[in-house]
Amino acid sequence: MSGFSRRGFLQSSVVTGAGLYVAFHVPKKARAAAGPPAKPMPAPNAFVRIAPDESVTVLLAHSEMGQGIWTGLAMMIAEELECDWSRIRVEHAPAAPAYAHTAFGIQMTGGSSTTWSEFERYRTVGALAREMLVRAAAQRWKVEAKKLRTDQGFVLHGKQKLSYGQLAEAAQQLTPPASVQLKEPKEWKLIGKPTRRLDGPEKITGKAKFGIDTQFPGLRTALVLRSPVFGGKVKSFDAAKARAVPGVEQVVQVPSGVAVVASNFWSAKVGRDALQVEWDLGPGAQLDSEKLEASYRALAKTPGAVALDKGDCTAALAAAGKRLEAEYAVPFLAHAAMEPLNCTVKLEGGRCEIWTGTQFQTVDQGAAAAIAGLKPEQVTIHTPFLGGGFGRRANPASDFVGEAVHVAKAAGVPVKVVWTREDDTRGGYYRPMFVHRIEAGLDAKGAPSAWKQTLVGQSIMEGTPFASFGIKNGIDSTSVEGVVDSPYLESVAARKVMLHSPRHQVPVLWWRSVGNTHTAFAVESMIDELAHAAGRDPLEFRLALLKDSPRHLRALQLAAAKAGWGTPPPKGRARGLAVHESFGSIIAQVAEVAVEEREIRVHKVTCAVDCGLALNPLGLEAQVQGSVAYGLSAVLRSELTLKDGRVEQSNFHDYEVLRLHQMPEVAVHIIPSSAKMGGIGEPATAPISAAVANAVFALTGERLRSLPLRLAV
Amino acid sequence: MKLDVNGAVREVEAPEEMPLLWVLRDLMGFTGVKFGCGMAQCGACTVHLDGAATRSCVLPASAVAGRKVTTIEGLSADGSHPVQQAWTEVDVVQCGYCQSGQIMSAAALLAANSSPTDADIDAAMAGNICRCGTYQRVREAVHKAAAQLRRAGP
Repeated sequence: MSGFSRRGFLQSSVVTGAGLYVAFHVPKKARAAAGPPAKPMPAPNAFVRIAPDESVTVLLAHSEMGQGIWTGLAMMIAEELECDWSRIRVEHAPAAPAYAHTAFGIQMTGGSSTTWSEFERYRTVGALAREMLVRAAAQRWKVEAKKLRTDQGFVLHGKQKLSYGQLAEAAQQLTPPASVQLKEPKEWKLIGKPTRRLDGPEKITGKAKFGIDTQFPGLRTALVLRSPVFGGKVKSFDAAKARAVPGVEQVVQVPSGVAVVASNFWSAKVGRDALQVEWDLGPGAQLDSEKLEASYRALAKTPGAVALDKGDCTAALAAAGKRLEAEYAVPFLAHAAMEPLNCTVKLEGGRCEIWTGTQFQTVDQGAAAAIAGLKPEQVTIHTPFLGGGFGRRANPASDFVGEAVHVAKAAGVPVKVVWTREDDTRGGYYRPMFVHRIEAGLDAKGAPSAWKQTLVGQSIMEGTPFASFGIKNGIDSTSVEGVVDSPYLESVAARKVMLHSPRHQVPVLWWRSVGNTHTAFAVESMIDELAHAAGRDPLEFRLALLKDSPRHLRALQLAAAKAGWGTPPPKGRARGLAVHESFGSIIAQVAEVAVEEREIRVHKVTCAVDCGLALNPLGLEAQVQGSVAYGLSAVLRSELTLKDGRVEQSNFHDYEVLRLHQMPEVAVHIIPSSAKMGGIGEPATAPISAAVANAVFALTGERLRSLPLRLAV
Repeated sequence: MKLDVNGAVREVEAPEEMPLLWVLRDLMGFTGVKFGCGMAQCGACTVHLDGAATRSCVLPASAVAGRKVTTIEGLSADGSHPVQQAWTEVDVVQCGYCQSGQIMSAAALLAANSSPTDADIDAAMAGNICRCGTYQRVREAVHKAAAQLRRAGP
């Protein structure tokens, strides 16, 4: 998700979150007086409110879904504002143009981009607010502002002091400065320091509100019976039995299926179970993942759209001393966030009010407006905490939001549409299935001289508003990321990458680390195969290829050193490694694995991370550990298959994910780096598959080329 | 039916087969108890039934008459339970959705065994899925809470 632009998105005007208390406010005329700067300053009042009760409220332009930005963005403001950290509160911002992503132009959370994209804006807001408080104090004391200092929520002058709360009203009357000076890194007190989460207290007491916790008088709960196959439509339905269930109030048809509206979840579920629907299934009923994979493997042997072509690959392969051919395959995957999808909609008085855990406020606002027959600014979106997102809650098709608006419209009452786990697992928008075919050659010295890779998998961008800039010359950038930009490939003189993007009914979407989930697996597995074919140590082989990529080199060397590469592993274990760059960050991993009771057991994962500046090392460590766990689910357990168009899995008993007893010890080593800031929510998910597969090969001699990894019995 | 939740007995009108989870959430407003799977696979709905960790999503509410139900809201008034304190110290939570269940499972484990081994923790916590992958810190926090409980004595 690196290619968003401002074009093509729905424009929506400001939805103000009118403050109940005196808020920091910069008058419009004052902003105009500052003249038109090359880069407009952010309006501080949109991002921070300082109240007479000394509270400092940070408004979050992005969604907190576990990644820790609730704390991280507050750190940026607090650093410059010099406020009392214990007085900081955080709220999700409403859906409004002021909160558009600084790089992507819409209000959204994804692409591991929140921290780097807000680093300047949120610090600037903090600095602007501080400057105005200082000037207010200077006026009060009739002294020069530059003689004042600030600390812990106070402006100080000799022995005099005024709190920010005391100054807030006066400060808002002032003309904001046209520019502010941000602190030098050596002056930072918070940035770079391990900082505990601000949302911790409410999340350990059950007080934190997620979308599914939305309750208010008159709110009904609805469950929707959707087509058992993708693309199916309702032919007819009999709601008599459903309507007879106590608590069921209405049964209404919507484009996605039939909704049972009840006074509570359980009644809605019992009612839905009693519903009888006849479906017009359509061609989706023919889908079969085994056959699909076979067709992908056949396609992979044919030329596709060219994503990269340097040198003469055909000649180089023919001239190679050794040639390797391999196919790597990954299945469809559901995101399976812990909070099942849900969306609450209230249509009243020419307005639409929505409560939902979304990563895509602007898109959902536009979709809801279109369905409700309103303008986007008539749609209010409240974003509660997200019980996980991983990409599923950033849907260009606004599936769970749009559907809920349809249900509310048809039912004529406020409804919360809740998906069961089975609905969530079978509801589509999966990580696409992919097959990679790689032919590679080694020259006489054992160095790669040719690399030809053909990828087959559905495009995520196609058919979405992002297609116009996400797909160029038939290449969806999210399909080939991690291959076309791989430093390994850059080290090979003759290289060619081709892509097939087959079309069928399975809806696909970005899944934590997106294309890198499969490209890192294929590329780093083949690199390992080449190393062994060349009779070289896998680390030495990689270091030689990465000699012009100093950040990769350093990460790999650090991870290897910390993991004890080159020293014998504990008995019965072996190590494998991988390094991969995604979202601007580089992660090297060494996995230490064993085979216990015929199952692959990952004991330890040593990670070296270069993401540029590490804003909050404590949160960063959590993201890397969590990304490894998320990736390991796909490496060891999860697989979504289709037969006769039906998804064969339904819940956590058959769509298995990593559990606590399968969690390895994950050591995270942060490399001090002055590189441009990258992301940290996703990158560590990508290389773990290859690191584990390479370790399994080192241990057993068995090269596993399909995920999840399954040992031949 | 009469339900004893967090020390208060309340009368609720619910169908007999309605799972305790939905009675707690939809009829009584205890939304700290979470719905994750509906088939006792993920542990998000974990509550204490007479002190034992129990999945409320598959337990008919009528089956708990006369027994004491404790939800995350009743574990402590202010997050001061040793397990919650350890969770804070270790900075366990991420999205937080599964954490009520994780904490309730951990609290029940430690009430029965104040010196759990890693294997004990594996056995007690394997039923609580966390998709954010907080497991390493969950384990660390359980050990920390256990040490705190041992220091505090019986």
